Amino acid sequence: MEVRLEGRARKFGDDINTDYIISSTRKKETLDEAELKRYLMETLDPDFAASVRPGDLLVAGKNFGCGSAMEVAATVILAAGIQAVLAQSFSRTFYRNAINNGLVALEFDTSTIREGDRLSIELTETMLTVGDLTTCVRSSVATRLPEPLLGILECGGLVGYLKQRGGFRTP
Amino acid sequence: MSSGKTVAEQILSARSGVDARAGDVVVCEVDWILGTDAATPMAIGYFEKMGGQSVRDPSRVMFALDHYSPPTTPRTKAFHDQVRAFARKHGIEVRDVGAGISHQLLLESGRAKAGDLVVGADSHTVTCGALGLFATGIGSSDLAAAMVTGQIWLRIPETIQVTLTGERAEGVSAKDMALALVAQVGGEGANYQAVEFRGPAAEALPLEDRLVLCNLAVEMSAKAAMFPVGPADPGARYARAVSLDLSALSPVVALPDAPANVTAIGNAAGTPVHMVFVGTCAGGRVSDIREVLRVIERAGGRVATGVQLVVTPASREVERKLTADGTLPRLASMGATITTPGCGACCGTSGVIPEDGMNVMSTANRNFRGRMGNPRASIYLASPAACAAAAVSGHITDPRTMGR
Ligand code: SF4
Repeated sequence: MEVRLEGRARKFGDDINTDYIISSTRKKETLDEAELKRYLMETLDPDFAASVRPGDLLVAGKNFGCGSAMEVAATVILAAGIQAVLAQSFSRTFYRNAINNGLVALEFDTSTIREGDRLSIELTETMLTVGDLTTCVRSSVATRLPEPLLGILECGGLVGYLKQRGGFRTP
Repeated sequence: MSSGKTVAEQILSARSGVDARAGDVVVCEVDWILGTDAATPMAIGYFEKMGGQSVRDPSRVMFALDHYSPPTTPRTKAFHDQVRAFARKHGIEVRDVGAGISHQLLLESGRAKAGDLVVGADSHTVTCGALGLFATGIGSSDLAAAMVTGQIWLRIPETIQVTLTGERAEGVSAKDMALALVAQVGGEGANYQAVEFRGPAAEALPLEDRLVLCNLAVEMSAKAAMFPVGPADPGARYARAVSLDLSALSPVVALPDAPANVTAIGNAAGTPVHMVFVGTCAGGRVSDIREVLRVIERAGGRVATGVQLVVTPASREVERKLTADGTLPRLASMGATITTPGCGACCGTSGVIPEDGMNVMSTANRNFRGRMGNPRASIYLASPAACAAAAVSGHITDPRTMGR
């Protein structure tokens, strides 16, 4: 089992909180991701949402997704067409929400990745490999993404996973 | 591999049937599932999308209508109706408006016991770890999946061992200990990690103080925090050890806008206070509110002109005890506003919202800008005694100087 992705890096810094991802004033108006995706990261970059292309990959520093635990912070990123977030580290709640909704969230040393780089990602139960096709740097780290995590990602989130399998497959 | 295990490893191994260690991902059987009115409506949506027909074991699920207690808009009222209807259909117990805060209600029910796994759609579910169990906050999709399957996936956290030593001086409360620890470990210092409180001073703490320490562990991003019932396993491996000497502590206050922004209360003395909020899962229990009354009465029994004192019991049970012993009636006679049990003004979803430019002194656990519903108010966090001292004097005051 594995997940393979390819896309363009969209780079952000450290401590991107859920309010930067989608501002709470926007969330007061609606919780519909299809609507909210137009305001993705607007506090940091008002032009960002319009510049997202399907398949883009978010790349960030440490503590991505800190702040409130609202799941919409993960689902709005997916709704914008972004497939994965690579970050130095995540807040715990954002990480869970990402996986459960099928957004690939990966801890990785992102310091050498630049805005616009083309990346390829290969994820297996034990290994994450990120290739930077722009700089031709390829590196792998050991990961621990056993069942059910990889399965949940493959099924596009908990909803798809439970529908397909009828329950958690206990190891 | 060494045989010793942290308490998180012990509990999650037992609940998953796998001999697992920190870093492993396991699927665990859940003992108690808590839903709130803030997260359950979205969970119902996930439940339906998952094709959920029935709840695996409704007797282990409880919903509390606590964040909008009472509801103040048609939308939040509609959330309540949706939660009640779902609960009726699936045979789930609903603790309705005014019953209290979800995890407080589980604690009071006496049903949760050491070694259990508790998941709740509220980050401060961690509070229940004071009983020696593993309790953690989850999202709406997790809540839905836990209802459908009775299970949850968890990455077993590493554990920070926090050793409490020494004896605290008169006037130093559990809140002071907890805030000092948050400042020491940092706002994200325990991310993905569990906290085990150990040491002679930890064993001597009463339950209400243990609850405060576990509650505030969330403010260092801990996944769980616990007061284990037995001694540490000799071979257990901890991520790191932290120690807190209680005899070195003095009353503190967390300045706006972060719980880790802690300073000795003397450094903030004199800051005007316009609203005092006594309540929440951090500071709305029986001993907290009694302490507030004690300090106010010792200092003359009057609330300063221009200070709004708002008291919100964490549950109806707390309200009942404090009505019976006269605490709430006495506070009310001093002009305090006593509000419906629940989360109250904690996160701006119900209760009294501070006005522009107000400084609020609060027994709560969070003081992020806008937390109480108005970004133009500033929130200071402190012990019940320090909040009472502010109510009496109208400004931030070291509680040890009151009524002498
Ligand atoms: S009292 Fe405050 S911190 Fe506690 S559960 Fe309610 S909103 Fe959350």
